[in-house]
Amino acid sequence: MLVNRKLILAHFWLAFAVFGIALTLGAWQMFIRSPIGTWLSNPELYYRSLTAHGTVMGYVFPTLVAMGFGYAISEAALQQRLVGVRWAWAGFWLIVAGSVMAVIPIALGRASVLYTFYPPLIGNVFYYLGVVLVVVGSWIWVALMSVNLRVWRKAHPGAPVPLAMFANVAGSYLWAWTAVGAALELLLQIIPVAAGLKSTIDAGLARVLFSWTLHAIVYFWLMPTYIAYYTIVPRAIGGRVYSDSMARISFILFLVVAMPIGMHHTFADPQVGAGFKFIHSAFTALVALPTLLTVFTICASVEIAARLRGGRGLFGWIRALPWDNPMMLALAFSFVMLGFGGAGGLINMSYQLDASIHNTQWITGHFHLIFGGAIVIMYFAIAYDLWPHLTGRELIDLRLIRTQLWLWFVGMIVTTFPWHWVGILGMPRRMAYFDFGDPAIAPQALSVTFSAIGGFILLASGILFIVILARGMRAPRADAGPYQFALAVHQPTTVPVALNTHGLWVALMIALTLTNYGYPILTLALSEGTSVPAVYVGAQ
Amino acid sequence: MSTSELFTFRNRHFSLAVGITAAILIVTAIAGFLVLPFAQPWVQFANVWDAICSAAGVPQRAPKVTVPEQSTRLSEVVLTSSTLARPSQEGIGRGATLAQRCAICHGPTGVSRADSPNLAGQYAAVIYKQLLDFRSGARTNAVMSPFAVNLTDQEIADLSHYYAYLPRLPAYHPTPQLPKPSIVIYGAPMRGIAPCGSCHGSLDNKIGSPWLEGQSEAYMKAQLQAFASGERRNDISQQMRNIARAMTPQEIDQAASYYASQPPDVVKAVD
Repeated sequence: MLVNRKLILAHFWLAFAVFGIALTLGAWQMFIRSPIGTWLSNPELYYRSLTAHGTVMGYVFPTLVAMGFGYAISEAALQQRLVGVRWAWAGFWLIVAGSVMAVIPIALGRASVLYTFYPPLIGNVFYYLGVVLVVVGSWIWVALMSVNLRVWRKAHPGAPVPLAMFANVAGSYLWAWTAVGAALELLLQIIPVAAGLKSTIDAGLARVLFSWTLHAIVYFWLMPTYIAYYTIVPRAIGGRVYSDSMARISFILFLVVAMPIGMHHTFADPQVGAGFKFIHSAFTALVALPTLLTVFTICASVEIAARLRGGRGLFGWIRALPWDNPMMLALAFSFVMLGFGGAGGLINMSYQLDASIHNTQWITGHFHLIFGGAIVIMYFAIAYDLWPHLTGRELIDLRLIRTQLWLWFVGMIVTTFPWHWVGILGMPRRMAYFDFGDPAIAPQALSVTFSAIGGFILLASGILFIVILARGMRAPRADAGPYQFALAVHQPTTVPVALNTHGLWVALMIALTLTNYGYPILTLALSEGTSVPAVYVGAQ
Repeated sequence: MSTSELFTFRNRHFSLAVGITAAILIVTAIAGFLVLPFAQPWVQFANVWDAICSAAGVPQRAPKVTVPEQSTRLSEVVLTSSTLARPSQEGIGRGATLAQRCAICHGPTGVSRADSPNLAGQYAAVIYKQLLDFRSGARTNAVMSPFAVNLTDQEIADLSHYYAYLPRLPAYHPTPQLPKPSIVIYGAPMRGIAPCGSCHGSLDNKIGSPWLEGQSEAYMKAQLQAFASGERRNDISQQMRNIARAMTPQEIDQAASYYASQPPDVVKAVD
């Protein structure tokens, strides 16, 4: 039951429109600092573009997808009209206003600080205020998800919350708490300096606060993807979810262990104690757990579909899978990229291995493979699956959809594998220019060229994606029927209260944040003489 | 079931979840705060508490050691982007009077024909820093030092504002404009040299760095050589000495002759 289709479509269209712009900027950046492009002679333009690319891809695009998908889940899984539609529109317009407010200073070159802010670098205050508006808009969504679940619970006392909604609300709570770190950094540290009320900033503290947000935000980006794995893919390929409880456990594990791990981003920072770095490293290793659970459960669910279609043998069933179904293809691509990206992630989170790849192109390669690859390809899949229900029209050309998914997969591999490689060779990230004429880095020119070509393949795929969705708006009308989520092999009739509510897990998430972040943040905040003069972008 | 039944150790899920989480936290804390500090034989701790504090990152005071006497003075000037912000008209006027004694070398309009730096339109922060350094002895020059020794803080600020206020007049350009050499635009990344233009104009300007377009070639060359030999050392954290030492004599020539041949209005366009 999708009633507020306009609302959901607005979120998706805005998400994909800004995604298209940021993707174009990304491809241009790959090109301009590769050996095939002619150097601009102005690094500032490169960082301007990089800031726009990161801000859109990190804050605006995934947040809008999670919100749009969240509203769709709330209506379809709970079978009730969205409560608070006006608030939802208010949240949407806040994000529009925030994005415009942030993009203008970026375009003027007044906020080339990259989306990770990097104090003591300070940009125009409106950039940061824009980001705050985007976050506030998304917090309205968090509140609405919670309210909608509460309304449903009142009407269905004791009934198991549908898996999709359980996971969706878990994702929204994760985001609410995750965003607090960056919000504290912006409101208490950066914005006062950007507004001219202060001229010094504690860059070390700011980095620790940002790490609070920076890693868990990845799991917020990941949530729609995991929800699609569990609740869309098995239905779309004619199977069933292997275990409803396993799915719930994966999502609550994300809630608990996604948060207290961000300091693996500050392994090289002197202001954090080694003991805390180790604890964060150990907890980061635990994140592998929900992912391995998910890979197991989804492979089992897919096997069920294959055997229902007559697949036989230990591995022979794989051939019986509906490989011409875009959803099957997207899942397989996503898993391959998740596998490689996850393996690379194990190196990043290891306290000592990290030293060899810290701040190299390896890191850029890693998060593009995980986020741009494994996660975003499922965003495409979600859009393809929802589109007929949102527009009331059919997406006819499955071949074009498959081509688009193939292009994205190939493009992402061609982009990120050489990226990892040059990172191991020591190529630093966040550099606007490399002199490939120098014998010391000339051998890396080929890898970087491949990477740039991969960027153009991704751009082609992105354009195709938008074309497919746009054509879907004008296709002949067809009733797609009610929107359904995948059923479990054993549909739950009763669920233990711990797996039907989020309270315990939110409490553990907050408790672990306090134990793992409390002391480092307090000592830094209370220490004297740790601030440095702000460096204003564009200041003379 | 209500939530009140959840938050009790009688609930198996609650006790399991809390128990496992606490156990992991305790085990990792023991490893991080006790085992690993002592696993580093090259680090010595006074006692267990000392090891825990070290792992937690408790700020520690460095042991009291006597700092060796500096043989030469270093620059102590602090510049931020708000240094010398908003000059007053009176200040500029006082600066104009004071500047009369500078005119013999730096020219009556702040444009020199004697291989001294052109000061007209130079950033205020640059003149401010160099005068303070001349006064403190961090930078020395047989001609300049005596002029700076007796200047007050106010006079230095006024002079800085006055010269920054003057228009950048076209300088004397004996050579036609040269193409941009790679050291100015790209630097030499493999030798740790940032592009000249990223601080000194042509690409960007950073606070405390002078704009160089139209300056005397002989002067710029002499300064680069002085930085390279360590004769001049008032650059903070050896920024310029590190660069000048790594530059080849050809690069020094190229950079100096390129900037000398640029008309200052190019800077205006970039700003």
